[in-house]
Amino acid sequence: MKKSLFHFLNWTVLLGSTILVCLFLGIILFDIFSKGVSSLSWKFISRPPTQGMTRGGILPAITGTLWLTLITTLFAVPFGIACAVYLNEYAKPSVLTGIIRASIRNLAGIPSIIYGLFGLALFVQALHLGTSVLSAGLTLGLLSLPYIITTTEEALKRIPDSMREATLALGATQFETIKDVVLPTALPGILTGVILTLSRAAGETAPILFTGVAFYINGSATSVNQEFMALPYHLYMLSTQHQSIEQVRPLAYGTAVVLIVLVFVLNIIAFYIRFKQRTQQ
Amino acid sequence: MDQIKLSAHSLNLYFGEKQILKNINIDFPENQVTSLIGPSGCGKSTLLRCFNRMHDLSSDARIDGAIKLEDLDIYDKKNSVTEIRKRIGMVFQKPNPLPKSIYENMSYALNIHQFPKNEIPKLIESALRESYLWEEVKDELKKPAVKLSGGQQQRLCIARTVVLRPEVILMDEPCSALDPISTRKIEELIISLKKDYTIVIVTHNMQQAQRISDKVAFMYLGELIEFGSCQDVFQNPQNELTKNYVGGHFG
Ligand SMILES: Nc1ncnc2c1ncn2[C@@H]1O[C@H](COP(=O)(O)OP(=O)(O)O)[C@@H](O)[C@H]1O
Ligand SMILES: [Mg+2]
Repeated sequence: MKKSLFHFLNWTVLLGSTILVCLFLGIILFDIFSKGVSSLSWKFISRPPTQGMTRGGILPAITGTLWLTLITTLFAVPFGIACAVYLNEYAKPSVLTGIIRASIRNLAGIPSIIYGLFGLALFVQALHLGTSVLSAGLTLGLLSLPYIITTTEEALKRIPDSMREATLALGATQFETIKDVVLPTALPGILTGVILTLSRAAGETAPILFTGVAFYINGSATSVNQEFMALPYHLYMLSTQHQSIEQVRPLAYGTAVVLIVLVFVLNIIAFYIRFKQRTQQ
Repeated sequence: MDQIKLSAHSLNLYFGEKQILKNINIDFPENQVTSLIGPSGCGKSTLLRCFNRMHDLSSDARIDGAIKLEDLDIYDKKNSVTEIRKRIGMVFQKPNPLPKSIYENMSYALNIHQFPKNEIPKLIESALRESYLWEEVKDELKKPAVKLSGGQQQRLCIARTVVLRPEVILMDEPCSALDPISTRKIEELIISLKKDYTIVIVTHNMQQAQRISDKVAFMYLGELIEFGSCQDVFQNPQNELTKNYVGGHFG
């Protein structure tokens, strides 16, 4: 009797916590959507801001964020995957590779504002790239690297050695084995990690703050050495820096909705890839 | 006198500090089936994997002694490991088809070894026929290989080894994951393959060893205890350990 009461309490506490967490999430989403949906329209996502950003849309912020994510992808994905392949497939277990791995894990824990400072020092100043979408993209790329390396390595670890032995025993080189069997098989896992990492990077504000994001740009960025607008910063700016905050509040919520939807779509894609992979096995 | 195809000379293997193979000397005669038997953990798989240099990738494995394919020293740095593995094929304990179609499983090795494109379909068909698989798969070569039954997958793995026309085929308990009917099919296949290939097979199954072997090698704790014709090892073992093992007293 006592035991079953204990079980019941346990169960209620667990269920209660879960419901509470979901409830908070639901309230946040509901709050943002209910306040932001009124400002959503085709104009909102297809026009630049006008009249001191009290009217008009957020097109430059959307294109800016897409540009930025593209540069981050081009930089972080090839390097990250190459690094993970080296660590998992080629590097012999040793103190050195242990240290490298630990450093990568630690890099993932560094606050993103510090990446911003580092990007400012390295890309903007030392490499003379200026405050630009390129500098910001590279900075976000650095931030993303440890996550991409770690998730790719996890995906590679899940490939059983018997698969590698199959092609090696046929006289394939180790490189052919990686290129033809290991990477294609690990691809869904790698893609999932990459997409989740990029969706996180797309929402970052701190690393782009010093490296190239701008308050306002007339028209969309057309080259990589220009400053740019970005959704998270636009949102920050509208809700804290604008001279008439109350007036632009609906626009801020509208921007938040667009950013959430963007990240949500990326997550759905990642979920779909994982789902397809599971049903194929 | 038998022609010697493959041989090990004073072969020792260590994983880290631990010696796994102790001074192995053995000659495998051409076009015969040699079975490696012995209790689990005695080093059969480890020995087999020495012959196609599968230990190359494990950093803690250290080998001394020599292994020769006819006169070629396979651990000589001058010799290409991929070329050696093309001549000495291997079939594993668990069927490990590539996550590709049946056809691509067969064509993969032919492509990386740059066989002429126009010969590939013919080579694939004849290897599948030799492996008694052609009739079962000829209409569905595009099907993913993992959709085949376990026994078919293992015959596919044998076929994709055979398609390269190796000289030696190494097999590590190829039937241990299969049902009795599939096992029978593979045993027949092994016997039919020996006219063209030299076969070294690890097996746990004493009946199987007697059905398919010309020669039998008994290993115990990393040493080669007895090596002789199938008849001799099973009917008239010289060593006390061998006598106990084939008599079913341990293992
Ligand atoms: N990669 C490895 N590292 C260390 N020890 C190993 C490794 N592979 C096998 N061994 C050891 O070598 C011995 C022989 O193993 P194995 O050749 O697989 O035996 P068998 O195939 O005869 O059952 C076992 O004691 C096993 O624990
Ligand atoms: Mg074994």
